[in-house]
Amino acid sequence: MAGLVPSSGKSAAFAPARIWLMLPSWASIGFFLLLPVLLMLVYSFLTKEFRGGVVWEFSLSSYDRFFLDRGLFGDEPPQIEWTYIAIFWRSAWQAGLATILCLIVGFPTAWFIATRPSHTRSLWLFLITIPYWVNLLIRTVSMKFLIRDNGPLNEWLMAIGLIDAPITMINTNFAVQLGLFYSYLPFMVLPIYAAVERYNFALNEAAADLYAPKWRVLWLIVLPVVRPGVIAGCILVFVPSLGAFLAPDLLGGAKNWMIGSLIEDQFKGAAGNWPFGAAVAMVLLSIVLVVLFIYARSHARASEQ
Amino acid sequence: MSNLKRYPGFLPMTIFCLILLYAPLLIVMVYSFNESASITRWGGFSLVWYRDVFFGIEAAKYKAAAWNSLIIAMSAASCATVIATCAALAMLRGGSFTGKSASFALINLPLMVPEIVTAVATLIFFSSIGFQRGLLTILVAHIVFCIPFAYLPIAARLQGIEAHYEQAAMDLYASRWRAFRLVLMPLMMPGIIAGFLLAFIISLDDFIITNFVKGAGIETLPTAIFGAVKQGIKPDIMAISTCMLMVSVLFVTASYFVNRLGNQNN
Repeated sequence: MAGLVPSSGKSAAFAPARIWLMLPSWASIGFFLLLPVLLMLVYSFLTKEFRGGVVWEFSLSSYDRFFLDRGLFGDEPPQIEWTYIAIFWRSAWQAGLATILCLIVGFPTAWFIATRPSHTRSLWLFLITIPYWVNLLIRTVSMKFLIRDNGPLNEWLMAIGLIDAPITMINTNFAVQLGLFYSYLPFMVLPIYAAVERYNFALNEAAADLYAPKWRVLWLIVLPVVRPGVIAGCILVFVPSLGAFLAPDLLGGAKNWMIGSLIEDQFKGAAGNWPFGAAVAMVLLSIVLVVLFIYARSHARASEQ
Repeated sequence: MSNLKRYPGFLPMTIFCLILLYAPLLIVMVYSFNESASITRWGGFSLVWYRDVFFGIEAAKYKAAAWNSLIIAMSAASCATVIATCAALAMLRGGSFTGKSASFALINLPLMVPEIVTAVATLIFFSSIGFQRGLLTILVAHIVFCIPFAYLPIAARLQGIEAHYEQAAMDLYASRWRAFRLVLMPLMMPGIIAGFLLAFIISLDDFIITNFVKGAGIETLPTAIFGAVKQGIKPDIMAISTCMLMVSVLFVTASYFVNRLGNQNN
């Protein structure tokens, strides 16, 4: 992604027209995404109207409600409100765990594919790419079908005598974790693959000549070199997992909410509190932007070296 | 040498990865051909659920949803591809200009903002300007969301094309437009097609944004499926899923071959 902005611009044949060429993307993204996000920020400081709407009146009540508990009638001394922090905390650890699991499975897979001879490599890569492009909803529904109480997995486990009664997997944190892990696994494999493919294997030979054990070579030489790919993969898994909606909604049920479910409930569900939903979305966006900012800084520092 | 690349356990891990990715999809595919209405008992091969989807009671609902999905994906991908092609020309053939890195950040903004935040922001925007929610709001949201996906392959392709081509054309007094249309665009075609296919599939697959900005009564395939799944997974869901799965696989395969063709021509 970083390579697609030329630093010097080897040709400027379209320089006189560049304003007109950029205009459609400036206008469409600026007007229909940047402006809406700013409007969302404004909304998060508005007052909730009784029937789901908003009153254009400045208020901190959404953020207040997120962080502080003032009792049922709002007149008790404020205490820290744990409900929403707990949902964010669950989202963070679920996303973090999914990232680690994807890395544990994704790195060996990426390495294995990148070290295949070139004619079989593209086939392996193709196999990883297909699930990447299959509808996420359908993939999540398939997983739900598979792990249901009377689903194929339970029946199969009972048929081979491993268990006597079905294990409840659906509507647990485990199911959400499995869903996230499964959803975003290809996002981890592809960037690591791209990094390993460019890796110069002569380094391994040099290390082996100097009697370095294989696993040590992987840890001390390969990993630092392919680190940008690993970090990119981790971000591509962590960020969408954090704001995921389908996996927690379809596999987790009502008890295992993540941020996505909380936001959705404010707009589509029973809660119907748009300013509060906007505030929650704002908190999520801020966290993601901080993560991306740290990534961009470390990336810039790495390319300076 | 090849021994140095091999690590014990990496092959089993790869196989585990592929099983994990494919098992749920394959099982749904197999069960979509199951005669029995009980979802998990095998009652013999049958196409009864496909008949249900295409000709049953709910066929009209799914047909309408499929049309909506198709129209939106087609229009959104076309618009996004045109916008992304223009942007790629300006970014890669427009020299350096102030606001270039800001423009790059703006193009990639839809990738950086979490999807649910995009959905919420778009909903708030349309509702606050009093815009009636319907097909048009879905379309606009999809165009914006698809631009970076179309941009990536197009820009990657354009970057690999030497500048001599359009320079030669313009030295021979071709106008900028003719140089683009007759020289640069044919060279960019594999990237443009790949970008279009990518944008198409992204739009076709989208659930979260559509779910927020769609008007009442308007469904696309993913939102219709989601609504049905909330009532429980019935076999006809598996039949529809299998059809959509096949469409995705077809598209990925097509874009794979377009890419390979492009690379061979170079």
